[in-house]
Amino acid sequence: MDVQFSQESINEINRIIAQYPKERKKSALLPVLHVVQKETNGWLSVDTMDKVADILAIKPIEVYEVVTFYTMYFTKPVGKYVIEVCQTGPCMICGSDKIVSYLESKLGIKVGETTSDNIFTLRTVECLGACGYAPMLQIGEQYYENLTEERIDQIIHELGSTYSDKY
Amino acid sequence: MGVQLLLEHLNKPEINTIDGYIKQGGYRTLDKVLGKMTPDEVTEEVKTAGLRGRGGAGFPTGMKWSFLDKSTDKPRYLLCNADESEPGTFKDRLLMEKIPHLLIEGMIVSSYALGCRTSYIYIRGEYMFILRILEKAIKEAYAKGFLGENIKGSGYSLDLYVHPGAGAYICGEETALIESLEGKRGNPRIKPPFPAVSGLWGCPTIVNNVESIAAVVPILNMGGSEYAKIGIGRSTGTKLISASGNINKPGVYEIELGLPVEEFIYSDEYCGGIKGGLDIKACVPGGSSVPILPKSLLFKESNGNPRLMSYESLSEGGFETGSMLGSGGFIVYDEKQCIVKNTWTFARFYHHESCGQCSPCREGTIWLDKVLYNIEHGLGKESDIDLLWDIQHGIEGNTICPLGDAAAWPVAAAIRHFRHEFEYHVKYPHRVKDDDHVYQPEMNYTTA
Repeated sequence: MDVQFSQESINEINRIIAQYPKERKKSALLPVLHVVQKETNGWLSVDTMDKVADILAIKPIEVYEVVTFYTMYFTKPVGKYVIEVCQTGPCMICGSDKIVSYLESKLGIKVGETTSDNIFTLRTVECLGACGYAPMLQIGEQYYENLTEERIDQIIHELGSTYSDKY
Repeated sequence: MGVQLLLEHLNKPEINTIDGYIKQGGYRTLDKVLGKMTPDEVTEEVKTAGLRGRGGAGFPTGMKWSFLDKSTDKPRYLLCNADESEPGTFKDRLLMEKIPHLLIEGMIVSSYALGCRTSYIYIRGEYMFILRILEKAIKEAYAKGFLGENIKGSGYSLDLYVHPGAGAYICGEETALIESLEGKRGNPRIKPPFPAVSGLWGCPTIVNNVESIAAVVPILNMGGSEYAKIGIGRSTGTKLISASGNINKPGVYEIELGLPVEEFIYSDEYCGGIKGGLDIKACVPGGSSVPILPKSLLFKESNGNPRLMSYESLSEGGFETGSMLGSGGFIVYDEKQCIVKNTWTFARFYHHESCGQCSPCREGTIWLDKVLYNIEHGLGKESDIDLLWDIQHGIEGNTICPLGDAAAWPVAAAIRHFRHEFEYHVKYPHRVKDDDHVYQPEMNYTTA
């Protein structure tokens, strides 16, 4: 199946490619995958990855091996918002476990799952560099820090209420 | 507050914009350096300053620069390591978020010293919001003629780009960072050749931490010999410390190297003491990779002198009784924290982050994670403690890059100083099965 990207993404991809020497197009792979994943509902299908390989003039395997190495790329569908809770030492001693269980019970899903309406995916991740503002989570490009249960209620409501009354 | 060289203007209005930054004396070094000093003179200043790499290893920055192979016609590259991922460390983030032009100014003068025409800032993918801040700042710098062709009429030209990673701690290791910038998996390379000879695209390359590059600006403003007067002994200058854990005032502090550890933890200027009036149990002074120190070893060196925040003092006594300054990721644990659980989260981290290239690390980090999981969850046996010791010993020093050591050291130190907590966990499994267990009054946690 032929994948098409928006003109906006194509412009962004070209801007990124221009940052590297002409014969080093492959270097644009990681930033280009970020741009593309954003456009393709937050995950990368094989067709999408093949298209990226085509654009950068590299073999598809060179894209697959990178996508499966880095944690920020998804190869399966995810919810509209991916909630990533940091669980490493400094966050753990400030109560990240409780944040995870609160989110699990609030959303009715376990870590690694997506709500049935495909709005939220819940994940745990390793250190995001916000240890002084623990516990914390990331959704998209935004950090939410110094979390409390009330703050989580707010965040879920802000993001989810446009899609469903249950948030 | 002691002397502030990097964060001096942190709270000044619009310091994140180029005009606000220039108003505080920003970009002065361009006039002083470009076309006025030779690249070698700039390197000499950094050498004289005694600046040591602020990313964790503490290798002298000026000496690293002098290894750059200048005998070839190939282009040279300066890569800024902004892949800040060491648990407990969040200092570079503050610098880039609030004062992005300090890093850009540092990149310009450092690239000049190294003879680079193109430089990159490699930033961790999760910091995408900071990449936007940096790209905006870089655009401002181009508009002012501080980047691009013939900077300020000096004849020197430089292009600067930001490159995002995508979630891999290993890419903070310099050769893995280079692989990642080349669009590959972040597998560290076997050294030699060192990046200074063959790095990015096979060209001579220098990789420096954000804070190291930022520190080049005050060094050139004040002169290397003045900078060297700040700090203590071979630990010159100031260091950003990311303070986290059970303290009253977590955050990033710029300290003059040589500040006593006790003052840093208890002074209201810095951490402000332990939260809730509790006692301190332990501290990881330099990011998750460095050995944890129990209270009994934290404030004094083995000779009885106060322990200081410096490369030498924190490592005094080797790993038996000391630790490392590392990246300055300073994590404080109160008396109620469970060392086994903390060690397990670190082991899980390294298991998750091992690139899988070397067997001792790939297999060993899995074992450390699993055995620690068992002990923490009441499923451990007494022999598991010695097993952990053997596994970490089998990893240390047997891998291509230092991630293996980084995974081994925290486990070794936790067992060395807190073996009684591990023994307690295997002796009373029913008491530690509950997820909420943090402190059991029957055991003497505070004397290690």
